[in-house]
This record gives sequence, C-alpha cells and structure tokens, in this order.
Amino acid sequence: MSYLVIDGISKSFGAFQALSEVDLHVGRGEIHAILGENGAGKTTLMNILYGLYQPDKGRMLLNGEPLHLSSPADAIKRGIGMIHQHFMLVNSLNVTENIVLGLGQGLKSIDFTRHEARIRAMGSEFGLEVDPSAPVWTLPMGLRQRVEILKVLYRNAEILILDEPTSVLAPGEIDAFLEGLTKLQKAGHTILFITHKLEEVMKVANRVTVMRQGRVSDELDASGTSPRELARKMVGRDVAMRISRRSRRIGDRRLQLEEVVALDDRGVAAVDKLTLDVCAGEIHGLCGVDGNGQRELGEVIAGLRPLVSGAISIEGARVDGLSVKERKHLGLGFVPEDRQGTALVLDYSIATNMVLRDFNRPPASRRGILDLRRIAHDATRLMQRYDVRARSPQQLVRFLSGGNQQKVVLAREIDGQPNILVIMQACKGLDVGAIEFVQNTLVDLKMAGIAILYISTELEHVLEVADRVSVIFRGHIAGTLPIAEADNARLGELMTGAGADAAA
Amino acid sequence: MERLVQIAYAGRTIWAVLAALACGSILFLIAGADPIKAYIALFGEAFFDFFGFGATLVKFSPILLAGLAVALPLKAGLFNVGAEGQIYVGALFCTIAALFLPFLHPIIHLPLCILAGALGGALWALIAGWLKAYRGINEVIVTLLLNYVGINLVSYAAGGPLMEEGAPYPYSAEVPEGLHLPYILPPTDAHAGALAGVVLALVLALLMRYTSFGFAILTVGNNAQAARYAGINVEHQILYAMGLGGALAGLAGAFEILGLKYRLFHMFSAGYGFDGIVVAFIASANLALVPIAALFLAGLRAGAQLMQRAVGVDSTIVDAIQGLVVMFVAASLAVRFADSRWGKAMAQRRANEALVASKELKHG
Repeated sequence: MSYLVIDGISKSFGAFQALSEVDLHVGRGEIHAILGENGAGKTTLMNILYGLYQPDKGRMLLNGEPLHLSSPADAIKRGIGMIHQHFMLVNSLNVTENIVLGLGQGLKSIDFTRHEARIRAMGSEFGLEVDPSAPVWTLPMGLRQRVEILKVLYRNAEILILDEPTSVLAPGEIDAFLEGLTKLQKAGHTILFITHKLEEVMKVANRVTVMRQGRVSDELDASGTSPRELARKMVGRDVAMRISRRSRRIGDRRLQLEEVVALDDRGVAAVDKLTLDVCAGEIHGLCGVDGNGQRELGEVIAGLRPLVSGAISIEGARVDGLSVKERKHLGLGFVPEDRQGTALVLDYSIATNMVLRDFNRPPASRRGILDLRRIAHDATRLMQRYDVRARSPQQLVRFLSGGNQQKVVLAREIDGQPNILVIMQACKGLDVGAIEFVQNTLVDLKMAGIAILYISTELEHVLEVADRVSVIFRGHIAGTLPIAEADNARLGELMTGAGADAAA
Repeated sequence: MERLVQIAYAGRTIWAVLAALACGSILFLIAGADPIKAYIALFGEAFFDFFGFGATLVKFSPILLAGLAVALPLKAGLFNVGAEGQIYVGALFCTIAALFLPFLHPIIHLPLCILAGALGGALWALIAGWLKAYRGINEVIVTLLLNYVGINLVSYAAGGPLMEEGAPYPYSAEVPEGLHLPYILPPTDAHAGALAGVVLALVLALLMRYTSFGFAILTVGNNAQAARYAGINVEHQILYAMGLGGALAGLAGAFEILGLKYRLFHMFSAGYGFDGIVVAFIASANLALVPIAALFLAGLRAGAQLMQRAVGVDSTIVDAIQGLVVMFVAASLAVRFADSRWGKAMAQRRANEALVASKELKHG
C-alpha cells in the first residue's frame, strides 16, 4: 500500500482550474519526481500537501489515515516539510539561529551550543555539512539550500517536498545536491521533488508523475522510461488552432550574435558564448527550459543588460556600445518576458503605454512638449487595429486582462515598424483566441520581411510559427533544427542536455 | 448616494485635517483655554488680519519651496529629507554672491544671487543624487545627514570667514540694499519670494504633466525597470529630480536672505526644510496642491504666536496640533476607497441594484 495517497484533488482560483482530479501515490522511502511545464499545477499540488492551500475536492491519506491540513504547522506535525524555490532564510542570522527560529520554546532560553552540536551531527549524518555558526549571507546558494533542508529535518520531517530545488543552483552544485537526495532516501526519508528537468529525474527518481494543465497525464517507473518518452508526455499533443503557416524566401542576416556572454543578477554567466543569427523574413524560434539564460539573452540584445564579451550586430554593424534607445531607433523591437514589470507601466493609461518607448520623439512630443491629443488619438487607432478591449484609451493598463496587456505591448512594438523583433513568451497566460491573434500577427510580420527571434518556453507555440528552431541550454545553443526536423522528442532531448552527447 | 460618498472620500485629507483640529481642541481644554476662541484667534490672525496674513506669507515662502523640494524628487521615487541642509547651503552661496561679486547693476546682480542660491542647494542635493544613481546608496540617509553638515557649514561661515567685524552674534555683513527683494504687502515683511514660489509650483506641475522631461521623471518613479526599457537613462533622471529639488530648497534659502534677513545668520531657518516634508505629505506629492498645504502650515505657524498672546496658551500646542494633522492625514491616505467599509458597502449596493434590474428586465 502506498505511504502517501492523494486522491482526486481539485483546486480552482476564481475561474481558473489549477488542478482537476489529481491522483498521486507515493511509496515509503521513494524519490518521486513531479514533472511538468510551467503552469501545469505542480506547485499548487505541493502547496496543498503542505497545508498552504485547501483543496476544493478530494482527500489525502498518510499511512492509511486521512490527512487534513489547515496550515503548514499541521503539515510539520504530521512530518511533512517543504523547501520552497525561494529560500525562506534570515540572511543576517547564522545557520543555527535560522534553523532554531520558530521552534517555539516559549520563554525558555535557547541552548545554542547544544543545538549547534545536533545540527553538526545531523549534517554529517546526511551529507549536508555546513558550518552552523556561519552567517547565512556568506553562504553560496548550494549551502543555503542545505540549511533549508536541515531546517526541515530538524523538525523531524519524514516527507520532504522540494519545489524546483535545482533552479537556483549553479551547475556544479546540482550533482552534489542530487547525491544528497539519495543519502536522505537511504536514511528512510520520502522525497517529492518538483522539476522540469528530465536529466535529474532520470538520475535520482524512482517514480515519476507527469502533470499537464492541472491533470496527471501519467505516473510511471523512472527505470522503465526514457527522456524522450517523458518529454513527449510533458509537452503532450498540440492544441489545434488556426494558424496560417506560410513561408517566404529568407533574406539577409539582420541580427547576429557571436560568442555573447552576459551575467544574471547573481553575477553568474547566464548567457555563455552564445552564437545565433536571425534573417529577414524568418521566425527563428528559441526554446528551452526556463532559466537557461533566455531572460538575460533578451535583455542583452535589447541593451538592458551589459554585454560581458562577444559581439551583437544589427545588419552587420556592431551595436553593443549603443543604448536601449539607440538600438530601438535602429529598428530593434523588443517584447520582454516580464510584461507587467518591464514592458508596461501599470499605473499609466493605455495611451501613455502605447508611446512609452517613443515619448520623446514626434509624433508623441515636439520640442519636449507632449501632444496628449495626438497620443490619445493614435492609441484609439491602435486599439482598434490590435483589438485591445477596454473602455477608453485613458483606462489604466493595470485593469486590463493579460491578453489585452500583451496586445498593448505588441501594438506598440509593431507600430514602431521594427526591422527586427525580439519577442519573449509571446503567448504566456493568454487564452486561445489571443494566442491565435498573436501567432498570426507574427506570421504577417515575417511575410512583410521582418526578422523575428521568438524566445519562449512554450514549445508548442514556437513550433506553430517558427521556420528554424534553436534550443538554449545552460546559456548556449544546444542545437538548431529546421522546422521539418524539429519534433518534440528531438527538441526535448536538446532542451535537457541529453542530446549534447549524441550531437558531439 | 454613491456619488456623494465618493466626493466625501475624495476630500478625505480635508476631513483628516478637521478631525485633527477637533482632537487638538482637547489639548486647548487641558491647557485651560476655550478651543473655539483659540482657533478663531489662530486662524483669524493668520488669514484674516492684514499684518497677520503678512506674517503668514513670510513663512509661506520657505515652507512652500521646501515642500516643492520634497515633492518633486518624490515624483521620481526619491525621498529628499535634506531640504533643511539645502536651504542653508543655498543661503550660503547666495550670501557669498551678494557680498563678494564685484559691483554689478542690481538688475544683473540680483538674479545672479538667486541663481547662486539655487546652485548651492542643487549641488548639496546632487551629492545624495549621485550616490543614489551610481552607487546605490540610500538617499534618505545621505540627505538626512547632510542636513547637519549644511547647518554647521553655515554656522562656521557666519561665525568665521563671513562674520561681520564686531558683531555680537554669528552673522554676516548686510547684503546691499539694491539686492533686497521687493515687498508685496507693505508695510508687512511679506516679500516676492512667496509669489515666486507659487509661480514655480504651477510651472513645475505643468512641466511634469505636459513635457517629455516630466514624463521621464514620472516613469522612473513609477517603474524604473520599465523606464530603462523605454530608453530613459534612469541615472540621469535621478540626478535631475534631486538637483531640481535641491535647487528649490536653495531658492528658499536665497529668498530668506534677500527678502527677510538680509544677513546670513547662524541657525537662521526654523526647521522649514522639515516642514517641507509635512507639506509634501499633506499635498500627497501633488505639486499643484503644495501651495495650499504650505499656506495652511504657514498659517498655523504664524497664527501660533498671535494666539499665544490672545488666549494665553503656550504656542507649542500648535506644534502638537501639527503632529496630529500629520497622523490623521497619514491615516486617511492609508485607506483606499475600494477597500474601505464604505467602498465595499457601495459595491454590494451596486451588485444588488444590478440584480434587481436584471430581474425587472426578465419580468418586463
């Protein structure tokens, strides 16, 4: 009999059905991977198991007994601990203090020396060595994660839930982490870990549950499957849509990147000697698992992130010394990944957001004076053309739906008549109708001779419109395939680095 | 009904001020005075008495400009708590320009003195602006601490190199009469600085609303990441906003010298820079509303002295009332209409009405 059973759990947020009828069976002492794309419902499911959300329907059993969790405190009492994707540590406190924090001993004084000794012993027992007196801010990410795991173990957790544990780790730290998981398993712990990286699943998991769009699409033994099979199950069948795929003669090379290196916010090389080009009249799709350098790549092309080394050229001329504005004026359109934080000012009106990137040029302003009437007038025209549904151009963008916000961004970037369009996560969070609109617009632009770099983690959407597909893995291009040869399986292998050996 | 509630809500700052004054009356009662008489004395003298209004305008000039000096950087998301120090440095620069420039016709010399004041304040604020833009250092701490440096710099100058020979107290020589600002309400001390402040407030409000310069600053204040994406040089905007704020405070200092004191005194400002924070706050950083908030506060300040004589209550009670005003306004700003009980009640009412209306339609 299974140790932990999740039986028919459903959960919705407003009109959005995050989970429907999810079943999960976890055996005692097994490493169980939950695999799925972004938004598949993995994290929601784990949050329910940790008592952060209450399910609308369904039940959970632990050791055959019903499991009702109204808060994480309940979960901890029942021996369930969770390690979140973003660490919950107090950076200015040391390791022992962080682990002891919240143990709740009332007014009794805390015997730090005793705790420290226990933590040290526990660390060496599980292969999670970390100096208990080191302040957390001095530790690299890998060690901070150990502190998080120790925190959970210190509370006598039997079941450990890890939410994308490797996404914050540097490549060198990942192997050590996976080894740690097997040690914990040998010590009798049950581990559930969320990931979208196939290689990790193959390395350590005993069983795999694949989730897609809020449902469990399969549950299988890790030893009896292959990365290829998992990739197919993860991505699933394409949603049938009316995208008119057309192609034309590919023109000159418009955008070229050579050996580009750029750092992420932590100072690690997120884009690592990446070479890529985009030609007039083509859509070059760039897919890959989230967090492999896509965001940094988009930003370094647009000029929002400094280029460490390498070269970026537009129509043969180097642009890496140019500002964001200068690159825009050279005809580089950019739709960033972070729609609400970067692409739009949420508390500005639609009209103002439409001129956000051109506010200091005619027609939006002349000699430094804004032409508010003209701005409103142009916005009305663009709203009609791009089917932005809102009461008026003066409505704040904050109150638009995600799809309409995306249309505002697209309208602005396309109306700027770019020669090159770098577009990230074009369809993220959009409904089917909006996706169809966006995809068809991109094809129209391509037919008009614009060079498009389409960066997305949503493989099926890239495949719908791209002429060539490249895969980004750990900051460089793992491979490029013409659309005819790009099937889910081959791309899936490239996306998880599994294909690197085959290609070499 | 709903409209009425919304209108009442829009004027919540005014309600907060009235509530603070009502609470203040308890203080008067404790002090043994009739609150109604005290308020009549306070506001009657400050706003409806010729000399009293003159005294209000004298305080209005620096308080208004300091309010702008805080409100403008706030548009770019910067909190300038250093207007006091900028007032002092502006006054210092202005005094030096007035006393040491070779003889010039006042028509040229006076604008130069005013500009020197603005320059002094701007440079002082730009120290914090530069550190914020290029080193990421918290501007609140830098501007706050530079206050003391600025104040002591003036104390040193007024008691040292600039001190008038034989003066009993640290102050400089008098600036030439040709450089004195014109009076606007003779024979009171009210000077042209008050008018200049109002004009500047309106010009700046228009600048922020209708020019690409203002738009860039507002965008940085709203979302710096989006501003960078929009091609705006965020660092430059931080420098502009801070520099402009400092220049306004520097002007306040220059006008104090040229319009009222005529000498650089040690410790000459009565905390106007800090009043500026209160003013910007009451006006919720709306540049066009800053003059109104400044007039209210200047009236409180000027009326306090006169009230003390009229009803025999210590004028420090007015400081306490000012504190109450700040607390009440803060509380009122924290409430958003949609989240308030009234807002929820109104939303429920709307929903009910819609339901009834749809039923009527079906029946009809």
